[in-house]
Amino acid sequence: MTRRRGRGAPLVAVFLAFVAVVFFTLPLIGLLGKVEWGSLWANLTSQQAKDAIRLSVECSLWATAISLVFGVPLAYVLARVPFPGKAFVRALVVLPMVLPPVVGGVALLLAFGRTNGLVGPWIYDVFGWQFTFSKSGVVLAETFVAMPFLVITVEAGLRTMDRRYEDAASTLGAGRWTVFRRITVPLIAPSLFAGAALAWARALGEFGATITFAGNIQGRTQTIPLGVYLFLESDQPLAIALSLLLLAVSITVLVLLRDRWFGNVRSA
Amino acid sequence: MLDAHVQVQIGELPIDVALTATDGETVAVLGPNGAGKTTLLRTLAGLVALDGGRIALDDTVLDDPARGVYVVPERRSVGVMFQEYLIFPHLSVLENVAFPLRSRGVGRAEARRRSSAWLARVGLADRERAKPADLSGGQRQRVALARALVAEPAMLLLDEPLAALDVGTRTELRRDLRAHLASFAGVRVLVTHDLLDAVALADRLVVLEGGRVAQEGPVAEVTARPRSRYVAELVGTNLLRGDAHDHTVTLASGGTVVTADAADGDVYVAIPPHAVSLHRQRPEGSARNVWRGTVQGADLLGDRVRIHVHGEVSLVAEVTAAAVADLGLHDGVEVWSTVKATELTTYPA
Repeated sequence: MTRRRGRGAPLVAVFLAFVAVVFFTLPLIGLLGKVEWGSLWANLTSQQAKDAIRLSVECSLWATAISLVFGVPLAYVLARVPFPGKAFVRALVVLPMVLPPVVGGVALLLAFGRTNGLVGPWIYDVFGWQFTFSKSGVVLAETFVAMPFLVITVEAGLRTMDRRYEDAASTLGAGRWTVFRRITVPLIAPSLFAGAALAWARALGEFGATITFAGNIQGRTQTIPLGVYLFLESDQPLAIALSLLLLAVSITVLVLLRDRWFGNVRSA
Repeated sequence: MLDAHVQVQIGELPIDVALTATDGETVAVLGPNGAGKTTLLRTLAGLVALDGGRIALDDTVLDDPARGVYVVPERRSVGVMFQEYLIFPHLSVLENVAFPLRSRGVGRAEARRRSSAWLARVGLADRERAKPADLSGGQRQRVALARALVAEPAMLLLDEPLAALDVGTRTELRRDLRAHLASFAGVRVLVTHDLLDAVALADRLVVLEGGRVAQEGPVAEVTARPRSRYVAELVGTNLLRGDAHDHTVTLASGGTVVTADAADGDVYVAIPPHAVSLHRQRPEGSARNVWRGTVQGADLLGDRVRIHVHGEVSLVAEVTAAAVADLGLHDGVEVWSTVKATELTTYPA
């Protein structure tokens, strides 16, 4: 056996890295080990689970759609339109990403709560909408925590795209909207897709803001994560089955976005 | 017909350039990097608004800040062929060429028919469905040209039309481009830093330096009588300046030049490098101009060598590789440069 020339791997770093990997792996093994595979299907098709899954899918898709409708223009303005106080606005937009979700829930409650919120009573009087303890409250909470992911991803896409294509399109007779629709959107499609996927995954897993703001009512505000939290006490196999479902979704999102995150890593 | 007086400042450099071009004429704006060429082109395209001056194309005023007129790029009858061509990567070749027609509200079938006709005209009839990534540099150039002209603009702007091509294909594509330009009846303005492109494609040169016009005129006139160091270096000639009195020019940098033609006052003297002979001993011949100097560097140019001679009159001499060996023209060697009075050109500054 020939000894390889040069310095070997740094042993301390390798050991600490190994500990970290074990730390990430053990919970997964723990979860998978506790799954009751025989009753998995029955658990996932129980009324409680079906209610939670249906609500989660519906609300997370609404949250993603709303994030797209408002988040893409917001990203565009942040990336392209110069205005004073932009750094402050961007900080405001990104804040929900670092804010403890439960604080977000409290803040939402104090803004949109029907009885004591800032604008909640007014919205209820004018439109008849009540967010607290309702499905729309879940959507609002999920949008609050999910939209920042979409905004920063799309903004980055807009900043890194080659804007000369937009110049070229405008000299070819395309007005602003046509340029945006036919040139900008297709060129930032990967960022749009990644941003939407991230926002959706975040909305799907939302817990703290939802339970604080919308409550935990089966069939109305009890999404999968809220169900898991509740069933962990009363029906552990059901909680584990739903956890497994969320894990599977997370892995799927990772696989879909792998080129974006791991594409460059491979060459390193 | 283009009638433009462009005053604009982007970054550090204020640009103030008057530019006119008639239909069927190709004007090349030539200048070093940072001279303001691309900014000038962008004001004509409408991508940058003027600070002052005026741009008119035929009877339409495109930009006139004093009167509050500014026509947005998409409403100008201007086709642009951008540097690196900027073929939209997500659209097929046909969709790229149809883009300007579709943007202007031409129906799908009609746009398709006219784009196809243009692609056939530039010899790409069989590449309609290709994606831009699969095209060669020359094919991209032709797609860009078809796309810029398909909507029949009154003016065509070309930004460094050959810079994106590798050297091997450039000569051929330059000839192709010249033929295509000749078939376009409107105003043609091209921006380049490459004299060869300018000479091959343009009828008239406008030399831009530091945001101003340093010299302009027919190509032959500008290349024969450069009026700035930049142009002289581009055309590869020696440019001297001095005070003429009868047949003698006293150079600003010292030394004198004897000329065949009599002149008076401030003049330029252009000496082609191939007219400069080098000798190791002071020559006895008939040359009227004999200067002493030392060799300071050499560039290889095909089978010729350009020797930089530093002395009372500093010059570049073009000699054969054989002469370099025979005379031992190494750095630091003392030489005598001679130029016949009949081989230099004198013209008023």
